[in-house]
Amino acid sequence: MSEKEHIDEVSGVSTTGHEWDGIRELDNPMPRWWVWTFYATIVWSIGYTVAYPAWPLISDATRGVLGYSSRQELTTTMEAVSAEQADLRAAIAEKPLDEILADETLRRFATAAGDAAFKVNCSQCHGSGAQGSAGYPNLNDDDWLWGGDIEAIHQTIAHGVRFDGDDDTRFGEMPAFGDILSRDEIRQVAAHVVSFTGTPSDPALAEAGAQVYADNCASCHGDAGQGDVTFGAPNLADAIWLYGSSEAQIAAQVRQPRHGVMPAWQERLGDPTVKQLSVYVYSLGGGE
Amino acid sequence: MRFGTEIVLVSLAAFAALAAAGLAQDSAFQAHMWVLFFVLLGSAIVLMRNTSFAPAGAASIPLRRDTDGYMDGPVRYGVIATTVWGIVGFLVGVLVALQLAYPDLNIEPWFNFGRTRPLHTSAVIFAFGGNALIATSFYVVQRTCRTRLFGGNLAWFVFWGYQLFIVMAATGYLLGITQSREYAEPEWYVDLFLTIVWVAYLIVFLGTIFRRKEPHIYVANWFYLSFIVTIAMLHVVNNLAMPVSPFGSKSYSLFAGVQDALTQWWYGHNAVGFFLTAGFLGMMYYFIPKQVNRPVYSYRLSIIHFWALIFLYIWAGPHHLHYTALPDWAQTLGMVFSIMLWMPSWGGMINGLMTLSGAWDKLRTDPIIRMMVLAVAFYGMSTFEGPLMSVKAVNSLSHYTDWTIGHVHSGALGWVGMITFGALYYLVPKLWNRERLYSLRLVTWHFWLATLGIVVYAAVMWVSGIQQGLMWREYDDQGFLVYSFAETVAAMHPYYVVRALGGVLFLLGGLVMAYNLAMTILGHERKEAPIGGAVAQPARSLQSAG
Repeated sequence: MSEKEHIDEVSGVSTTGHEWDGIRELDNPMPRWWVWTFYATIVWSIGYTVAYPAWPLISDATRGVLGYSSRQELTTTMEAVSAEQADLRAAIAEKPLDEILADETLRRFATAAGDAAFKVNCSQCHGSGAQGSAGYPNLNDDDWLWGGDIEAIHQTIAHGVRFDGDDDTRFGEMPAFGDILSRDEIRQVAAHVVSFTGTPSDPALAEAGAQVYADNCASCHGDAGQGDVTFGAPNLADAIWLYGSSEAQIAAQVRQPRHGVMPAWQERLGDPTVKQLSVYVYSLGGGE
Repeated sequence: MRFGTEIVLVSLAAFAALAAAGLAQDSAFQAHMWVLFFVLLGSAIVLMRNTSFAPAGAASIPLRRDTDGYMDGPVRYGVIATTVWGIVGFLVGVLVALQLAYPDLNIEPWFNFGRTRPLHTSAVIFAFGGNALIATSFYVVQRTCRTRLFGGNLAWFVFWGYQLFIVMAATGYLLGITQSREYAEPEWYVDLFLTIVWVAYLIVFLGTIFRRKEPHIYVANWFYLSFIVTIAMLHVVNNLAMPVSPFGSKSYSLFAGVQDALTQWWYGHNAVGFFLTAGFLGMMYYFIPKQVNRPVYSYRLSIIHFWALIFLYIWAGPHHLHYTALPDWAQTLGMVFSIMLWMPSWGGMINGLMTLSGAWDKLRTDPIIRMMVLAVAFYGMSTFEGPLMSVKAVNSLSHYTDWTIGHVHSGALGWVGMITFGALYYLVPKLWNRERLYSLRLVTWHFWLATLGIVVYAAVMWVSGIQQGLMWREYDDQGFLVYSFAETVAAMHPYYVVRALGGVLFLLGGLVMAYNLAMTILGHERKEAPIGGAVAQPARSLQSAG
């Protein structure tokens, strides 16, 4: 450690004179551009804190000369969008669904709005493309548990399915036939249900199931398995299955049926949004 | 008995863990105490075996022997721990990257992303980075103060205590014990233990500085000290909590709502600032001048940028909470302090790079210097990107996207990782008294694997982050949202696959380093021609030609 003057041979710059474990420090000045950029950021920062809310006071903070507030910014943006859409939204709120469908402008707007609402609220179960998944109906096909015309779709979205909090909810429940039929009978009826659209594992089994079906199932699902939207009884003859198409899966559903639940959206989203959702869903696979 | 007191204390602690397991109020705490019991029991047995069986002074590979009167045992252990935890951390990183790309890899319940993610972040930040900082700070403070570590075996307590903290934190995550504070996930009892270890660390470091034989304190030690002191403060304040039971794993924070969020990000941001920046700048200020064999570029710059950095960093945390319930004034301050932080951060980059002036030709022949220079380059890039992302307009796009992840990793892999690798390559031959590293060619391999890994990782995350941000805010001409969240997740899949690939490259580099260091420690030297031909010849001929 030497405190005396020392000059670095390579650069010709003097060092601070200290040495730690062989390390010295040059006495170079700070780069000018560095210093000036640092000052510039400080000046800019002071300016910014004058312009925007910044310095905490006792019970509040300085508001800034621009009067900016992030809440105000959000409100302004939202209001601007709402103002642009106000007329169309009012028309949708007012008019019945069939008139919305008949009006080209309204229908297009409602479909786009419903699409956006669907992405936020419905895609979690029904999928981003409304393609559904096991236990969650596909909305693109023309197979509707509770009816596929615009009014029926609206009713289902507004009040949900088997939803406790809504008195007008869609309700249908298939009994657990595991308590009613014998194991053999369930196997027979499952084979029979498969025979509506496919080839049962054993034709004799399916034949035997015909009587079981007629006695226990036909009242809701229909003689030919065509289903009934009044009870939400699925169509068994269209090769579209909510819980699987194999005999074993069908037998399981007969023994101990699973029932999906969909929330009622009327209260949560309001009628205009539910109408828009209905128009959008109807545009996918609506009809019947 | 060589470890008489230690054996008694560890055994007592093991018994206490057993008792705590018996009195446990919840099953997670019970499992965690069983883990602690077996770890301590194993440690006691190892200590006893050492006492009775280890032949004194016969080890051919010195681990505890001191050189030049310095206490280097904990540094050697620290170097090994850094390497091992580094590999573990990178490996878990690759796992979580793959879990994001292929959700089927989430193995319930212990290896869910929710548990492996803090395992990865803590393993790389606290286990790899923390061990690197403790080991290098012990090495540097002794050399630059020309005195032995203060406190005798306290340094060993710091090392082993810190390893125990890591094991308890990691096993806690896998058991599902967390207080849900990012980078501060361990629960109250692990936090308390870490506080004890950290205070011991502060005592060792400060005590060594107090009895230094140099009149001045070297710049690296300012940075190390600021890191140790500030981390103590951040850790204690952010973890103030009331446990539900003295024998339970759950606690409740003393803060609530937006105050809680701000405290957390004051901590979180300064964990970056003081752990990953200040601490590693301390490392840079010693190892770059040593490896390059040139004086530090500017003493004045070091002192100004040190104080500016320390003063400004601590206020920048609110930029993590832009456009939230945090009042506008706090958001503004978080942003302007981040902007002002730009130049103080770059002061370190300038000092690091300019220290090479007069020795730039060494870049061609010394892959270790190349690593350190790349580290400083990434440091400069991420400390520019940070202030940029703190600007509210930029943040409204970048926040919550993969851009943040890319930013963090260009800092963590590029800066923290590379400067640590450089320091490890410098330290191992010195600590184990070897002529040179086992192989410089392998260092070059490591350099390119790691560099390629970082570039792939960061570039992919920039693209995916910006795409993600743009998709989230995409509205159609009628004012409606275009994409559902799930669609933006699906769009990220290819990027996540490539990102995992970048991670694999970085991990491979780490494995190459571990092999190289192990062979060096074992005393092997690989016979090899240097990459790039004869040493320093091209540089000379260029100079004379010019």
